[in-house]
Amino acid sequence: MATKILIIGNGMVGYKFCEKLVAKTEPADYEITVFGEEPRPAYDRVHLSEYFTDQSEENLQLASKGWYEENGITLHTNTLVAQIDRTAKKVKTHRGKEYLYDYLVLATGSYPFVPPIAGSDKSGVFVYRTIEDLDQILAYGKKVATEGSGQAAVLGGGLLGLEAAKAVKDMGLKAHVVEFANWLMPRQLDEQAGEVLKSTIEKLGISVHTNKNTTLIGGNGKMTHMEFKDNSKLEVDMLVVSAGIRPRDELAKACGLEVGPRGGVVVNEQMQSSDPNIFVIGEAALYNDMIYGLVAPGYEMAEVAVAQIIGAEKTMTPEVDMSTKLKLIGVDVASFGDPMGTSEPTHSITFEDKLAGVYKRINISEDGKRLVGGILIGDAEDYNMLLQICQNGMKLPENPEDLILGARGEGTSLGNVLDLPDTAMICACESVDKGSICQSITEEGCETVKAIAKCNKATTGCGGCKPMVNDLLVETLKSMGKTVKQKVCEHFPYSRRELYDLVRVKGIKSYDEALDTIGHGDGCEQCKPALASVFATVYNETAVRQETIQDTNDRFLANIQRNGSYSVVPRVPGGEITPDKLIAMGQVAKKYDLYTKITGGQRIDMFGARLDQLPLIWKDLLDAGFESGHAYGKALRTVKSCVGSTWCRYGMDESVSFAIEMEERYKGIRSPHKLKGGVSGCIRECAEARCKDFGVIATESGWNLYVCGNGGAKPKHAQLLAENIDNETCIKYVDRFLMYYIKTAQPLQRTAAWLEKLEGGMPYLIDVVVNDSLGIAEELEKDMQALVDTFSCEWREVVESPELQQRFRHFVNTDDTDDQMAFVPMRDQKMPAPWK
Amino acid sequence: MEAILDQYTSVDASKVTDWFKAASVSAFPNNGGACIKYKGKQIAVFRFDRKNKWYACQNLCPHKMEMILSRGMIGDEAGVAKVACPLHKRTFSLETGENLNGDLPAIAVYPVKIEDGFVFVGFAE
Ligand code: SRM
Ligand SMILES: Cc1cc2nc3c(=O)[nH]c(=O)nc-3n(C[C@H](O)[C@H](O)[C@H](O)COP(=O)(O)OP(=O)(O)OC[C@H]3O[C@@H](n4cnc5c(N)ncnc54)[C@H](O)[C@@H]3O)c2cc1C
Ligand code: SF4
Ligand code: FES
Repeated sequence: MATKILIIGNGMVGYKFCEKLVAKTEPADYEITVFGEEPRPAYDRVHLSEYFTDQSEENLQLASKGWYEENGITLHTNTLVAQIDRTAKKVKTHRGKEYLYDYLVLATGSYPFVPPIAGSDKSGVFVYRTIEDLDQILAYGKKVATEGSGQAAVLGGGLLGLEAAKAVKDMGLKAHVVEFANWLMPRQLDEQAGEVLKSTIEKLGISVHTNKNTTLIGGNGKMTHMEFKDNSKLEVDMLVVSAGIRPRDELAKACGLEVGPRGGVVVNEQMQSSDPNIFVIGEAALYNDMIYGLVAPGYEMAEVAVAQIIGAEKTMTPEVDMSTKLKLIGVDVASFGDPMGTSEPTHSITFEDKLAGVYKRINISEDGKRLVGGILIGDAEDYNMLLQICQNGMKLPENPEDLILGARGEGTSLGNVLDLPDTAMICACESVDKGSICQSITEEGCETVKAIAKCNKATTGCGGCKPMVNDLLVETLKSMGKTVKQKVCEHFPYSRRELYDLVRVKGIKSYDEALDTIGHGDGCEQCKPALASVFATVYNETAVRQETIQDTNDRFLANIQRNGSYSVVPRVPGGEITPDKLIAMGQVAKKYDLYTKITGGQRIDMFGARLDQLPLIWKDLLDAGFESGHAYGKALRTVKSCVGSTWCRYGMDESVSFAIEMEERYKGIRSPHKLKGGVSGCIRECAEARCKDFGVIATESGWNLYVCGNGGAKPKHAQLLAENIDNETCIKYVDRFLMYYIKTAQPLQRTAAWLEKLEGGMPYLIDVVVNDSLGIAEELEKDMQALVDTFSCEWREVVESPELQQRFRHFVNTDDTDDQMAFVPMRDQKMPAPWK
Repeated sequence: MEAILDQYTSVDASKVTDWFKAASVSAFPNNGGACIKYKGKQIAVFRFDRKNKWYACQNLCPHKMEMILSRGMIGDEAGVAKVACPLHKRTFSLETGENLNGDLPAIAVYPVKIEDGFVFVGFAE
């Protein structure tokens, strides 16, 4: 007969248990039933805050209902287990239904602790743990933003509280963090680190109130303020309580299982409770007198419980790692090992840069041989490596301070990833060690991070180990004498650079021909746009010629928006525009009822056009003297300018003129990713040129040229390529630089990321571009000039061709338009009807 | 919203009761797609010239319920014909409708035949 396993709780750890169990057993041997109190299958609580951005349950879901079915697991959502009868080995749900078990697994997690403060039952007070909590916070927050004071607080300045504060702030509210202790994250950080973090968080616009003992949540029915022991007050209309968690041990207690003095079901290293047929895993379990509020230990517990039930060996590691890295908030915060250095005699080395908001601390054992733990604020790039050094007791460099200061001179002091011992835990979520990762590369033949993930699940949890897995991949392949092949996709076993060379050398003229000669299959959404970009570089063909290999934006020469409508961005070189042109643009927007907005790129975007309206709109715009702004393409977007010496009292040179010259020169040129430029008239840098792929700043004796900067997700300042050069030299260098980048970068790799991977880095790039060390400067300039000379506005092509206009119909069998596309009014304009 | 999704169910070629004459072959781009309207429904029709095959599916992407799939790029994953939604690049098999890179509900797929230079899509209603 099949063994009956009941699991109470369908949270992250309960789900992991199911996943591990079905992976290791035959369906016929076990009858698995799961009870979850929440209305939906388990979801990723760790990334719960992402729900604020997209309100998508499905993005958080760990597995669909179908997954449970396919694996023979009966899942009862919306079902609370109310009672356990240990003698009869059965449980009873709140609906009174009973189920028998051979093994029972408690994965009931925890609930948010709300301190006993008077008034905590007022409306406006919330906790932060489930999707329902977030729905309520969102709904209430909207009211607070529009009808109330717009002020909200988070009680608790721990890991979760800070995450909640950022979410509250992103909802458009003024956020306050109220912390009882003297500094933020008191459990993970020392005081100095807490202070640095505080000033960084305040720079984000979140107020931090430490050393505050809340005595009252005031208001009449609805909360309006908080009062503190020091007699101060804080006026807020909403409060999110994030003051710690308490294990959900009520069922266990009621049936007489041993629980700890402060809660949590006591378990041994087999994850067994005091009743050997009942296992407890996740945040409900008290192991080593501790509740671990992190998902990785919970996953390990799930693995142990599965092993015990199926008769395998595994037991829980005696010392659970509590290293953490704060995510989401836009500030790097990490602590690892023993962050305070109190577990043994240590000496600590600290580094602080107040201006940059960086604080680093490492604790070194007394004999100076081991890294015991540490804290990183503001720059946690080396977190993974330091964690490994700490966990594996690896040898430290001669000057341990190099670990946080970087070695003076060449190379990195952190060593090569391959020096890690095979037992080094790389992916803590899925407990995959270095040995297994390398084995998947050397023995299973994995050549991509994706393949490794498929093989052993590394990187599929929180994803924090991805950079390290990638490094391991690259280094291992290198050590095997393989160069790391950056394949575009399954259809072309080549990198973009190789594709470029092949297209050029073999004279391949179309995507189809490329598939026939150097690829196979029908292609896909990765190789199509990549080759489209290569064809654009080699033949300067516009996106009109091979329209079905273009990404949607390029295919319809406009930017697709939420409801399937499009936006239109005419080019406004350098951001300079005459009143007449402004009026003309306004008239077009009015005629087609388009939502208008000034973009971050010094021009105007008009949103909400139907596909069939695009050619009509562009006819009017072309008549008024505009051309395509290529906002839809991986191409030059804008060259941002400041007003410069023509008007500005500080201007050293004519930045607007030069910006227009460059924008006109490089417009329409397709590249691996978008390109942006900037020109500032003096060192004050009002055009933010150093945040651009190429930026020039006027000096007393010419221009300084910077390259490879960007804003966006990972801001990088551009670096100096040449100093005090004249206009002509500047254009020459930018020509060479751009062309070199366009020919050699990976698809969707921006200049900064490209430079990062360029062996030799900036000195090498200067050598190539300025000193012509490769002897290709002339060719690069010639290729660029050819592109410049053959520019044509693709929208003009369309407007002049009735045949091309046919592409812009929504239906091919009727002139009807899309009746599903909906707009709603907003501030005298319109917007797409929101996603459900 | 869900109601819209319910309007679309896959049709097996053997169960077709109505071969709808949609448009001429030339109305569809090579190795790409376009949308047709049938009894108020929006159907995406794709033309794979390389293997001389045609596919049809609902135009509605189940991810954000946008009428958009016909504008997606097509291709194959390990030989299975697929379309990538232009909005967030979810990919769907055009053979079974299954979501290949996630666990969205499957989309409805419809049989297509070509006669005398015209594209016919099969419905059963
Ligand atoms: C419209 C605009 C926002 C606005 O209302 O101001 C905008 C809108 C979009 N940006 Fe942007 N970005 C706009 C200025 C910027 C800026 C500011 C700037 O250029 O000075 C940045 C930061 C600077 C930079 O790029 O380095 C910016 C960094 C991004 C990024 C991140 C790039 C990165 O390297 O990290 C993306 C994502 C991407 O390209 O992969 C992005 C992607 C997008 C997309 C394409 C997102 C999408 O897929 O829909 C949006 C297209 C909407 C549309 O229909 O036009 N947008 N975007 C701005 C258009 C400027 C223009 O006139 O062309
Ligand atoms: C916003 C947020 C951010 C976080 N960030 C991180 C992070 O960055 N890193 C990290 O490691 N951890 C993080 N955590 C913690 C992590 O989410 C938890 O450690 C993990 O979810 C614990 O899993 P669990 O299965 O033990 O508990 P849960 O995920 O809470 O699951 C328990 C489930 O059991 C159900 N249940 C309880 N009692 C019953 C009953 N009697 N009958 C039926 N069902 C019942 C509950 O409703 C719940 O669905 C975060 C948590 C939150 C809320
Ligand atoms: S416009 Fe840019 S920053 Fe704004 S939501 Fe879109 S991609 Fe994000
Ligand atoms: S709407 Fe299709 S993938 Fe998001």
